[in-house]
Amino acid sequence: MSTPATTGQPSAVADAAAVQKAISATARPERASAASAALTYGWRGMLKVKHVPEQLLDVTITPVMFVLMFTYIFGGAIAGSTGAYLDYILPGILVMSVLFTTVYSGVALNTDLTKGVVDRFRTLPIWKPAPLVGALLGDSVRYLVAGIVIVAVGMILGYRPDGGLGGVLLALLLVVLFAFALSWVFQTIGLLMRSPNAVMNAGFMGIFPLTFLSNVFVEPDTLPAALEWFVNVNPISILADASRGLMAGDVDMSDIGIVFGVAVALTVIFMPLTTHLYRTRSV
Amino acid sequence: MSTHPPLAIEANGLVKSFGETRAVDGVDLTVRTGSVYGVLGPNGAGKTTTIRMLATLLTPDAGSGRVLGHDIVKEADTVRGLISLTGQLASVDEDLTGRENLILLGRLLGLKREAAKARATELLDAFGLGEASARLVKHYSGGMRRRLDIAASIVVTPEVMFLDEPTTGLDPRSRNQVWDIIRALSDAGTTILLCTQYLDEADQLAEGIAVIDHGKVIAEGTPSQLKASVGSGRLHIRLLDPEQRAEAERLVAAELGEVHLEPDPSALTAPCADPDRAAEAVARLTRDGVRIADFSLGQPSLDEVFLALTGHTAEESAQEADMQEERAA
Repeated sequence: MSTPATTGQPSAVADAAAVQKAISATARPERASAASAALTYGWRGMLKVKHVPEQLLDVTITPVMFVLMFTYIFGGAIAGSTGAYLDYILPGILVMSVLFTTVYSGVALNTDLTKGVVDRFRTLPIWKPAPLVGALLGDSVRYLVAGIVIVAVGMILGYRPDGGLGGVLLALLLVVLFAFALSWVFQTIGLLMRSPNAVMNAGFMGIFPLTFLSNVFVEPDTLPAALEWFVNVNPISILADASRGLMAGDVDMSDIGIVFGVAVALTVIFMPLTTHLYRTRSV
Repeated sequence: MSTHPPLAIEANGLVKSFGETRAVDGVDLTVRTGSVYGVLGPNGAGKTTTIRMLATLLTPDAGSGRVLGHDIVKEADTVRGLISLTGQLASVDEDLTGRENLILLGRLLGLKREAAKARATELLDAFGLGEASARLVKHYSGGMRRRLDIAASIVVTPEVMFLDEPTTGLDPRSRNQVWDIIRALSDAGTTILLCTQYLDEADQLAEGIAVIDHGKVIAEGTPSQLKASVGSGRLHIRLLDPEQRAEAERLVAAELGEVHLEPDPSALTAPCADPDRAAEAVARLTRDGVRIADFSLGQPSLDEVFLALTGHTAEESAQEADMQEERAA
């Protein structure tokens, strides 16, 4: 009837002396710097990928599908041949795939909020935006993975950018930078919505039309005038133009300037907003 | 530690409402530096909201609070450098391993990489989590999770620690382990504010207790003062033969005065604070041929404390709070 509770298991709290020693241990170290705190949160994001590598499917398989589908389905119809269309569409698909991925930064943040660990984070004496910046640093690695996969698949299909490796790398960096800035918007949505699914729906409702109403797939001059105007001022078009330019080796510097400007504006507006919401929102 | 002011926590008239519900309705608390202080109350009494305000997670609607002399609103960042919180939901990251959790917090609190790793190892071993250190926390048992949670709170030893129902849902063995850790922390000089639903727990650990109901402190004092105000403990007796209950009632009443018949036809209880007198009452029954299945001398339960202090039970209070929450939602 009676089973000794401790069989096969050393007394769970090892010994009082060890507990005493561990408790009475340490002087408080200097506070972590802003950069160190943010990087530590970035490391947390990487650890989650390490434990559940399936999380990388959306930045590996999905972009491959996009490249193959758009190149072979639309290539002949839109540009006359798949090869010619690839030159036009590949930088566009890079932009689209990476920007679609940014929605998940809001979904992940919303999921995080339902967990008790956020309370602990909020009581730590650290730079306030650190958990958010860190999460986005981790996400940026995902964006980079998606970008590299797309360029690699493009090369396999015969894409040979005139801008060379340097141009491709610069285009990748520009797209990741813009995605980082845009992610603040989705983090804000992630803090305002009640469930991860709602964030996903709202996010794609925004990013889907914005991406299709750009020059990612087609040259805008075939469009009705009002639409053409919108497509031309859409920052996503400008980002796609800048990426095409960098990859082709004849970039228009003003495009890059506008992309930077929009990225800075998004960050300046949405980072403080997100930080405020993260601290005040109680689930 | 010598430079700390004598009061670790002072709350004056803290108020917090959610919609129409006043979750905390003017709470005053005074906690001496280095002590363990219990906040006792049923679910929905306002314990967690009070602790969340003091830990800078919520801004009070009215009133003020200080932690070691620093205002919880105006100097929130300074306060965060002095406290740690072990929340009601385990405040650890379930998607990481135990070890990664502790390294993460060590790094965020300013430890260098090697120091954070060494500290994680030391704490995992001390808390009996060494073997589980590489497992994801979502696979931990409730007791392991709680221990990790407390370990996470002391990666850098805090001056003031908030523990929100640290043993709710734990089996007795895990509960005792957590109590041992809390005692050790207190011995090491950390001030602890402990929220609990169990009078027993507050009695075991705390030097002072505030009883809270409907967002207000309704009684305050040392555990023994509180129990004295409630009256006493209770002697519980169960008989082998329900037929003998009438006789048992007469005999116990003769020894102890008041007797209460339980719904169980073989059980009776009597208020009794003194173990000697309880023993005499039991001995008297045995002498007179009343056969006893078992007996125990228990402390008054939280319910009895509540009944004595408020005229209603803790259960009723919790139900009311639930209904208010539903209305507010």
